Amino acid sequence: MGQRRRNWHLWAGFLLCLLGVVSYFFLFYRWPVTRDVPWVNFLILAAGVVSLISGLRRAFGQSQEFKGKIAGPILGILSLAAVGFFCFLIFYATKQLPKSAGAPKVGQKAPEFALKDENNKEVSLASLLAAPLGNSSTPPKGVFLIFYRGYW
Amino acid sequence: MPEIQQLGVRTVAISVDSPEQSRDLSRKAGFTFEFLSDPDTTAIRAYDLLHVGAGVEGHDVARPGEFLVDSNGIVRWVNLTEDFRVRARAEQFIAQAKQLE
Repeated sequence: MGQRRRNWHLWAGFLLCLLGVVSYFFLFYRWPVTRDVPWVNFLILAAGVVSLISGLRRAFGQSQEFKGKIAGPILGILSLAAVGFFCFLIFYATKQLPKSAGAPKVGQKAPEFALKDENNKEVSLASLLAAPLGNSSTPPKGVFLIFYRGYW
Repeated sequence: MPEIQQLGVRTVAISVDSPEQSRDLSRKAGFTFEFLSDPDTTAIRAYDLLHVGAGVEGHDVARPGEFLVDSNGIVRWVNLTEDFRVRARAEQFIAQAKQLE
């Protein structure tokens, strides 16, 4: 019996599945076009799964010729876990937000508040609307309030 | 965001972070807008944006939400995402700022 060939489809598939998950956080999360719908990551993951299936078929269908009967199922399960984790995150976890039914609506008065700014100075909504904007001497036409999670 | 300021609209970011944390973030990212600190979540609750226990070590934080308030204190635009990966885009802010009288 001759030497069996390395089954690189398996390894490429596995690495693509890892890359497909990790690259979202380190790269594609940065731009809204690839963040809101992670299509680039889904393409990478799809390529990984196709390569992995091809590798498994080689390992079990052409086992005389290719290696991978042990590595194949292990890499397959790990890849599936990576894909599953990513789908859980994208389709479920990040959508778990409170309803905020009581948030102020268009046409309503915005609730007043008084909070500390970066310099520990107290700032109210009224003062934000009244204080001159930037280098100008006139107050702003309006104020965008952006609530975000922060580090805590 | 400097573009929004040129359109005459102020931008303020609000979170439970301390003034010091906000200052670090502001410096690192080079943001031109103001940061307000709401550690007791009073403003966050007034806007019904409290996300109970969603922060580090179970801290209450704000869920993302964006509002445009006009010079009379009236809300003119609300954006409440249903997925915290999906936020209002810069173009949306600019379009809304342009519509203000």
